[in-house]
Amino acid sequence: MALSNEYIKEKLVEKFGDQVTDFEEPYGLLTFRSGKELNLKVLNFLVEEETLQFRFLTDLCGVHYPDNKGQEIAVVYHLHNLKENVRIRYKVFTSVAQPDVYTATGLFAGANWMERETYDFYGVNFIGHPNLKRILNVEEMDYFPMRKEYPLEDQSRIDKDDEMFGR
Amino acid sequence: MRPVSYNIKKKPLEADISMVNMPEGHQGQGFFATTLDSVIGLARKNSLWPLPFATSCCGIEFMATMGATYDIARFGSERVGFSPRQCDLLMVMGTIAKKMGPVVKQVYLQMAEPRWVIAVGACASSGGIFDTYSVLQGIDQVVPVDVYVPGCPPRPEAILDGLMRIQDLVGRESLRRRNGEQYKALLESYGIQ
Repeated sequence: MALSNEYIKEKLVEKFGDQVTDFEEPYGLLTFRSGKELNLKVLNFLVEEETLQFRFLTDLCGVHYPDNKGQEIAVVYHLHNLKENVRIRYKVFTSVAQPDVYTATGLFAGANWMERETYDFYGVNFIGHPNLKRILNVEEMDYFPMRKEYPLEDQSRIDKDDEMFGR
Repeated sequence: MRPVSYNIKKKPLEADISMVNMPEGHQGQGFFATTLDSVIGLARKNSLWPLPFATSCCGIEFMATMGATYDIARFGSERVGFSPRQCDLLMVMGTIAKKMGPVVKQVYLQMAEPRWVIAVGACASSGGIFDTYSVLQGIDQVVPVDVYVPGCPPRPEAILDGLMRIQDLVGRESLRRRNGEQYKALLESYGIQ
């Protein structure tokens, strides 16, 4: 029997009750969220549970929603069950004033660099990460570029005409 | 199939092997006298060994230039080396991120004089379409550049044109240029001793 989204949802609600919320299925991919304190418990459950076995971490990234006060930065985990070929998306939200999230490196070795990238671009502090420093940007950079308040363009250019390039 | 025609005006072959022109000088029975600058320039320009610093798409165009159709070996760059200690010409092809800037500088520092730099493509010349916080807006922020080849990516013919301009520069360079005040000031402005 193929693992269906209803079954996964039932198992999650059975285990966590109303702490997991916002079940949606955009394009057939089950998406849900929970509070950030639970992230390791939920991930552990998804990995270890016999019938679920979402053992492959496909992606770990961040999103910045400047309008959700108190819950601005989301950390999104994409997990994949290789046996049944089923994917799932799990989001946790944290505030920009104190962006602390527990690290998933204990469960997934691949989360190491992906968390470094999320730290580099959004400023999410992963508690317990073995080596949390900038990975893609220059080490001396003092801001987090993918947050919405920072522009894309290089601010140190003096030879580009602002009117022509619509900055 | 649509008929394709190349080379519809056939030109007769002028010479089987093309030789370089002799520099100006005085010749007589069994001797030829010219300036040392021009002889050394002639030798250097027809045997430039490039160091391809190929990062992205322009690197692919360079691979095409190295291939048989647009042979770069015709111009003397037969031996393409990847060690800066053995090369004359640093060809930077592709987008250079700010994190890669010190690496390019380090490679440039390891090259022995005389050395030339060619910035191939829009990204190496000026950042190209990537006007962002992470892309170095032009190689000339870290190393002094001799020739810029525009294009995104430049066709192999354009890269060869850039190489020919470098050859002009090399052929006409004075032997004392690297010891002169102006060159030293140029290197100082980049923070290179």
